[in-house]
Amino acid sequence: MIPDYLAEFFGNKFIGYLIAAALPLFLWILPYALYAVYAERKVSAFMQDRIGPNRVGPKGLFQTIADILKLIQKEDIVPASADKPLFVMAPYVIFAGTFAAFAALPFSSIYIGSNINLGVFYIMAVSSFSVVGILMAGWAGNNKYSLYGAMRSVAQIVSYEVPALLAIVSAVMVIGSLNLNEISEMQTAYFWNWWIFGGPVVGIKKFLLIIPMTIAFIIFFIASLAEVNRTPFDIPEAESELVAGFHTEYTGMKFAMFFLAEYGNMFVVSAISVSIFFGGWQSPFGYLGNSLGISWLIPVEQVFWFLFKGSLLVLVQMWLRWTLPRLRVDQLMTVCWKYLTPYAFINLVLIGIITLF
Amino acid sequence: MAELKTDHIVLNMGPQHPSTHGVLRLEVVLDGEVVVDVIPHIGYLHRCFEKHAEAMTYPQVIPYTDRMDYLSSMYNNFGYVEAVERLMNIEVPERVKYIRVIMGEFQRIANHLVAIGTFGIDIGAFTPFLYCFRDRERILDLFEMTCGARLLYNYMWIGGLSHDLPPDFIPKAKEFLKDFKKSIKELNDLLSFNKIFIERTANIGILLPDTAINYGCSGPVLRGSGVKWDLRKNDPYSIYDRFDWEVVVGKGEMGTVGDCWDRYMVRVKEMEQSCRIIEQALDQIPDGDVTSAIPKRVKPPVGEIYFRVESPKGELGYHIISDGSPNPFRVKVRAPSFVNLQILPIISRGYLVADIVANLGSLDIVLGEIDR
Repeated sequence: MIPDYLAEFFGNKFIGYLIAAALPLFLWILPYALYAVYAERKVSAFMQDRIGPNRVGPKGLFQTIADILKLIQKEDIVPASADKPLFVMAPYVIFAGTFAAFAALPFSSIYIGSNINLGVFYIMAVSSFSVVGILMAGWAGNNKYSLYGAMRSVAQIVSYEVPALLAIVSAVMVIGSLNLNEISEMQTAYFWNWWIFGGPVVGIKKFLLIIPMTIAFIIFFIASLAEVNRTPFDIPEAESELVAGFHTEYTGMKFAMFFLAEYGNMFVVSAISVSIFFGGWQSPFGYLGNSLGISWLIPVEQVFWFLFKGSLLVLVQMWLRWTLPRLRVDQLMTVCWKYLTPYAFINLVLIGIITLF
Repeated sequence: MAELKTDHIVLNMGPQHPSTHGVLRLEVVLDGEVVVDVIPHIGYLHRCFEKHAEAMTYPQVIPYTDRMDYLSSMYNNFGYVEAVERLMNIEVPERVKYIRVIMGEFQRIANHLVAIGTFGIDIGAFTPFLYCFRDRERILDLFEMTCGARLLYNYMWIGGLSHDLPPDFIPKAKEFLKDFKKSIKELNDLLSFNKIFIERTANIGILLPDTAINYGCSGPVLRGSGVKWDLRKNDPYSIYDRFDWEVVVGKGEMGTVGDCWDRYMVRVKEMEQSCRIIEQALDQIPDGDVTSAIPKRVKPPVGEIYFRVESPKGELGYHIISDGSPNPFRVKVRAPSFVNLQILPIISRGYLVADIVANLGSLDIVLGEIDR
């Protein structure tokens, strides 16, 4: 495992593990966020019969970099009536909440930032930390739109955590582990062994599990859309009502932080879905490294598959955003409490009964 | 324990807000998310159009009418020139009448496309907006081909038109009408019958027929409430009585008669009816000179006239008073958006903040026309 190598290299366990946990931040999140923004603009352009960014660099590939450069140059305005300490802190809290989750994501069999036994639990806990940041941002801006956005956001994220966790719990009941690396390891060999297809369980139980597991995934996916404030659940930043919701008053790099955190969050929830339901870093059909006999190729392939599957789910989120209208705040709660939560409970009981025998 | 003290929040929506459709300011009184009252404040786009008109000669007023409802300029021209022609007793050639109807109906489609697209944005669906604009763009191309302008045309003159139709206008218009049927289907699939869209618009902002009539609403807002009132049928002007088409009214298919969805659907179906009118007009259009009846000096006799047309947004009326000089003594405009906006507080009370936006979008207002 890479963290252990690093610990040995630096001769200090603490420094080694710290660097290992921070690696995805530098190696993956920033380039990913840059190109996720670009991808979103290209996807929306494709769906809307437009061309999209095509001026900066070949096919507009450097558009986001130019945007970031522009945002860095912008004046960092703190409104006169704002609650200054909270206003300044809020973007970093949201940012931290999002990126702390990356530390427990298994990118490959040899690399996971922090191989803790409560991985799933940790990620769910840490990513809901961003609610605090949103509330801070909404309150500190001293703007009614921000306050409304923040209030809605908190209500929404806290509510949707219930069905999301219930869906995960029902999956974890079958899996029997909260360690994302272990979960990924179980779903080895072929895509038939992914948990959404019943996992490496044998016999009739496997076939019985397919439907409840698919339902669990759908519930989790819908709830995760709400948790990352994506359409059709993007009411905290509902442009047509609340201008920009909780980050109305932010400018420059602070605004960019919210943006980065949003895209980071999108990947985190996709990565959880991938790790639990879609085989994590496992290849769907064997490894090239195995057939060629090159052992170092396997972890590289694993990284590729993990990022590929994660990005694919991010793409689905973008696709939904540019297709669907937005729900209203009360309808959003209806979806959560009247549909998702009861179904998640039924699903939980169903999976419980199946695993019992 | 004493009861918690609660208070209403006053939220200022606009004049700079993404969904007030221009510089409209809404003073929204909220109890949590529930709307207690909405007070529209207008006047941010007041350009003294009516006062300016008194200092201009009659033809010079036409470009001003363009700038009132800038999304349906053709129809504003239409109403004004017809009013002056009636005042002067000018009989325009047949070809001019047909071209005016064709242009007017194309303008109606273009206006409804913007109304539907922006309504989609208000609900949170961005993509239909661009699909609508793609089609509107082709109508603007037709207009540009004819008169060189894409937004403010100054195309209809008193007694005639500034230009005749270019030779390839009719084939291109027919091609557009053919493609447009597919676009309407696409729009219906993407937006009209989307479950979330229906949830957001059905049973929201219900405008009862009585209220609508009492407040003087007109156009799709009135027809959305199930009142069959269209000046093209009920008080036919120009040559509208020669075509075969139907007045579309809201039926409350998804909820209650007079909700946002009905007002939206009336616009979608009206575009189909406009296509029918244009198709018939394109087949019947006679040859002729479009400039022959344009008077050298526009100097109407002493008198006054109130003339109303069914503009895309509703009843657009011109009250022109002539004192016999080349300048009008008074030009008063009855703007449909101005009257339709009045009902926003009535249909919004008791709903949520998000519904104000839906209601406002379904009224389809243009501030240029409200403030004039």
